[in-house]
Order: sequence, then structure tokens, then C-alpha cells
Amino acid sequence: MRAVEASGLRRVFGEVVAVDNVSFTVEEGEIFGFLGPNGAGKTTTINILTTLLKPTAGTATVWGYDIDSEPDRVREVIGLVPQELTVDDELSGYENMMLQAALYHVPREEARRKSKEILELLELDKFAHKKVESYSGGMKKRLEIGCTLIHEPRILFLDEPTLGLDVQTRAAIWNYIRMLVKNKGVTIFMTTHYMDEADNLCDRVAIIDHGKIKAIDTPGNLKSSIGGDLIELEVSEPNGCSEERLRTVAGVVDVALNNEQVLVKVMRGEEALPMIISELLKMGVGIRRVEMKKPSLEEVFLSLTGRKLRDTEGSKEETARMRIAIRRVRS
Amino acid sequence: MISRASEIGAIASREIKKWYRSPILLFMTTIQPLIWMSLYGKAFNLTGLFRIPEEILKQLPPDTTARFAAIANEILARFFGSSDIDFFSYIAVGMMGVILLFTSISSGMSIAWDRRLGFLNKLLVAPISRSSIILGKVISSVVRGVTQSLLVMLIGLALGMKLRIAGTAEFLVALLTLILLGASFSSLIISMTIRLKSWESHIALNNLLTLPIMFTSSALYPVTLMPEWLKAVAVFNPLTHGIELLRQALLLGSVYYSQEMLWHLSILAAFASAATFLGIYLSNIALRKM
Repeated sequence: MRAVEASGLRRVFGEVVAVDNVSFTVEEGEIFGFLGPNGAGKTTTINILTTLLKPTAGTATVWGYDIDSEPDRVREVIGLVPQELTVDDELSGYENMMLQAALYHVPREEARRKSKEILELLELDKFAHKKVESYSGGMKKRLEIGCTLIHEPRILFLDEPTLGLDVQTRAAIWNYIRMLVKNKGVTIFMTTHYMDEADNLCDRVAIIDHGKIKAIDTPGNLKSSIGGDLIELEVSEPNGCSEERLRTVAGVVDVALNNEQVLVKVMRGEEALPMIISELLKMGVGIRRVEMKKPSLEEVFLSLTGRKLRDTEGSKEETARMRIAIRRVRS
Repeated sequence: MISRASEIGAIASREIKKWYRSPILLFMTTIQPLIWMSLYGKAFNLTGLFRIPEEILKQLPPDTTARFAAIANEILARFFGSSDIDFFSYIAVGMMGVILLFTSISSGMSIAWDRRLGFLNKLLVAPISRSSIILGKVISSVVRGVTQSLLVMLIGLALGMKLRIAGTAEFLVALLTLILLGASFSSLIISMTIRLKSWESHIALNNLLTLPIMFTSSALYPVTLMPEWLKAVAVFNPLTHGIELLRQALLLGSVYYSQEMLWHLSILAAFASAATFLGIYLSNIALRKM
């Protein structure tokens, strides 16, 4: 079964179109990511799928349940980790877990057992009975994720899970998320505006801008759509090197010889590199140094939208306008 | 049913835990009625109004002084329910009602906070009834209010308040009154604030509501002493009915008027249920997805 199936989702706030005819599917057990700048419509999409907002048009099912006609069913099978921290600072980690358990009708005994298990899994068991206000940012986020696991949801919605965290903490959160997918078998739908996060963590990525999906694929395929990786070699016997023979290696797109420097543009560099090296050795060419450059999702975003992901963060006005529009509609 | 109760319980117990863990909050909300009670209640000596100076008393025939005393007692009984009453006790009971007003109104702010902190969304994505959210808030507010009201009573007793309770039944009526007052005010405030986003506007609303409600009730002076226009307002003020009930149950001993109590109690109960249903109705609209 498909974990999420969205077709033609659209949401308008006043005059601002936040989500514009968005269709996609999320398969069971995968980590699916929405990558896009602030104000691209990522959170609005999450709010629609988690029954917080009504779509202006379009339909979606979550774990087979219709978001419009079976909201309580949907709520039972999902967990939402919003952008902001919503764990209660004045309660302990354990109390936060038990509160969440009661909201999802988990029987008390079971809730106790599971809280303990989840807190151990997320390495928070030592702090279980401390007030959350004494936790670090990363610990709070972990607890936030842990709380949503108490009713064993099938799908976790993570909205910018590492927003505002430092590099190390971000990497740690990624590991926890991967572990949850492996140990608990949950499906993850997440949003991010960090390219490295989408690249490292997601099985498939949808690139979204101005409410529209520009492309959906694995990070690897998205990057290879740019035209492949660049392999740069420094060789010792450049005269014996044959451009024609290098071009016959599977995956090679382009070759350029420049004295001791050999530049090869290839699809899937990891697979092509050993073959290129063995081909060069067969020609009797010595290799001093090898470097492989992979295109990042940054280039993918650039080629799809005509602007850089980083630049779009400058358009704060646009984001602010969107936020105001959203607030107005909700009030 | 059981699952509904556990949802409501979870939401209410979160608020109550947060409350009893911050004693400063308890202290701050209790201090204001205490100031009213001790300054206003102690400064004004009710029976002193009718005290005749010693030298005049000597010149009057004993027959006349007895009749004057009888008239004075009748006046006191007419306005305050009993001639054997001191103004401090009268005000202290009034403040037991007023503190419920204060705590209920300040507890309504928690929804604005929850919305701002994103906690409200956490409640909204959970498979719980939307009305459980409101009922949880009302119940926690009632628990807080009643506890603080009883605390005011204990402090009042320590400062010289004289309770005259006829029996357990009367005390239970007083307790029920406190619960109904708390439910009335917290539901009312939630109905008014469920859509408020900023808590600055909430504070403004707080100030706008508390003092007028207090001064148009019988918290500080009997309704019978009020001018006609104020009487008309006071009759519609649930605080008046609550405080009158409390006074009859707690101060008048066995001389209370059961007919009158029944009247106050039914009005208060009607108001509390109407306010609760209004709160549930309006928050169902405000919390439904848009």
C-alpha cells in the first residue's frame, strides 16, 4: 500500500497560492523529502496531510484513509513533529511521553513500558525525570520525535527536523531518524531547506518551489540528471593516454586531456572510476592523484528553478507576506 | 466515554501540574483578593456605625436603648442577612468568589499560549474530540480556582473570619457553588478568547472584565444597598448569585434562607451550563480545520 497518495492538492490563502496542484506518492518504509526554500509550500502541504488545514482543491489519502472524510483515522496512524518545539518545558521527558500517550488512548501500563523503551532508544533515559527546560536543543528535538512514536504511528511527518540545530546535532538526528525507519519500520515524510539533509537522509526527494513540484526522484538520479560527475586525474605518462579508449568506458560522457591532467565527465562516478583507473593502467599510464566531484542538489535546484536555493532565502519579504496571509485565514 | 474522560484528564492534569509547580503563580493570584480583604474588610467597622457614645447612652432610658439596638439589628439583618455579622467575614466570603473570577480569567490565557507555542497543533493532530481540549482547560481552571478560594478562606480564618456553617450539606453547597462559579467564568473567558492570537490583547481583556464584574456583584456590598440601575446589573452577574450562596452557607449558620438559596443555585447552575455549552460550541468552530 502507498503510505501517502496526494493528487492535485491546492491551497490558497487570500491571494497567495501556497500549494499549487501538487501530486505525489510516498511508498511504505521510505524517507520522502520535500526540498525547497522557505515559503515554498512545504509546511502547508504537511498541515493538509496531517488534517490541520483543508485543501482548497485536490484529495489525498494517508495510509489509505481520506484526509477529508476520515480525519480521525488519519490522526491515529500519523505522528507530527512540527518545526517549533512543542514539548512542555515544565514537565519531565517521561511526563511529556505519558501526556502524549493519553492523547492517543494508549493504555497506562503499555504507555509506561513504551515510554521507557523509546527514551532508551533515543538515549534520553538518564534524563527521563528531569524537566525538559534543562535539555539541550538536540535532546528536545529527540524527545519531540520520541513522543510521537508512543502510539506506534505508521507515518511520521517531520517539518524541518533539524532547523536551528548545530552540525553535529543535525547528523545525530539524522542517525536517529534512520534508526527509526530500520527498527520501527515507520515511513517518513519530511521537509527541509537544507540540501545536504535531503541528499543524506532521503530515499526520494521532491523539489518544490512557489507551491509547485519541479521534480521527484532519488537524490542520485536528480544529481545525475545534471549530466554526471566530474573525475579529475593527475597522470605521470600523459603521452600513452588515449582519449578514444577512455570514451569506451561505460558511463563516460566526455573526456578532456590537458597535459598531465585528465578530466572525465561520467554518469555514476562511483561505478565508472574503478573502470577508468584500470583502463588507464592498461594503457601504461601512472596515476598520481584522483579527485571526484559530484554535483549537489544545489545545482539541481538551480537548473530546475533558475535560481539558487541559498539566494531564495533572501526573499524574506515574500515569506513574510505568505505568513501574514496564512495567519489571516486561520484567524 | 472512558477514552473521552482520559483525554480530558490528560489535558487538565498537564495544566494542574504546571500550576502547582510554580508557587509564584499561586502566590500572585492569591495576593490581590487578600489585599482587598484585609484593607477593605478590616478598615470598615460595620457594627461601629450604630455604636452610641457612652455619655449619650447614660442619659437615655434603658427602654429606649433597647429599642434602638433592636432597630440597628434589624437594619443589619436586612442588608447583611444577620445582625450578628462582622464586615470582615462578609468581605472575606466575597473574596472567595472574586478569586475564582481572577484565576478563571487568567487561565483562559493558556489557549493563546498553546497556540503560540504550537502545542495547540499537537492537540489538534491527535485523534481526540475537539471539545475535550476545552473541557480539559475548564476543569483544570476549576480545580485551581476552588483550591485558591479555599486557601483564601483559610487565610481569612487566620485573620479572624468567623464561619458559621450549619452542617455538611451546607458546606457541600458552598463547594458546589465554587465549582459552578469556576466553570461559568472559565468557559465564558474561553468563549471570548479562543480566537485571540496575541496575549497582549488577552491582558487588555483581563483588565476590562475583572473589575467591572467584581464591582457589579455583591462582593463588597449588599445588593439591597445598590441603586436601582446597579441592582439590575447585579442580578445578571453570576458572581452575585455565587457570593450570596456562599454567604448563606458559610456565614449565616442555621438562619439561612433555603428558598433564596435554591433560587441563587438554580440561576448559577443555569449560567454555568450555558457558558460551558457556549464554550464548547464556539471552540468547536474555532478549532475546526480551515
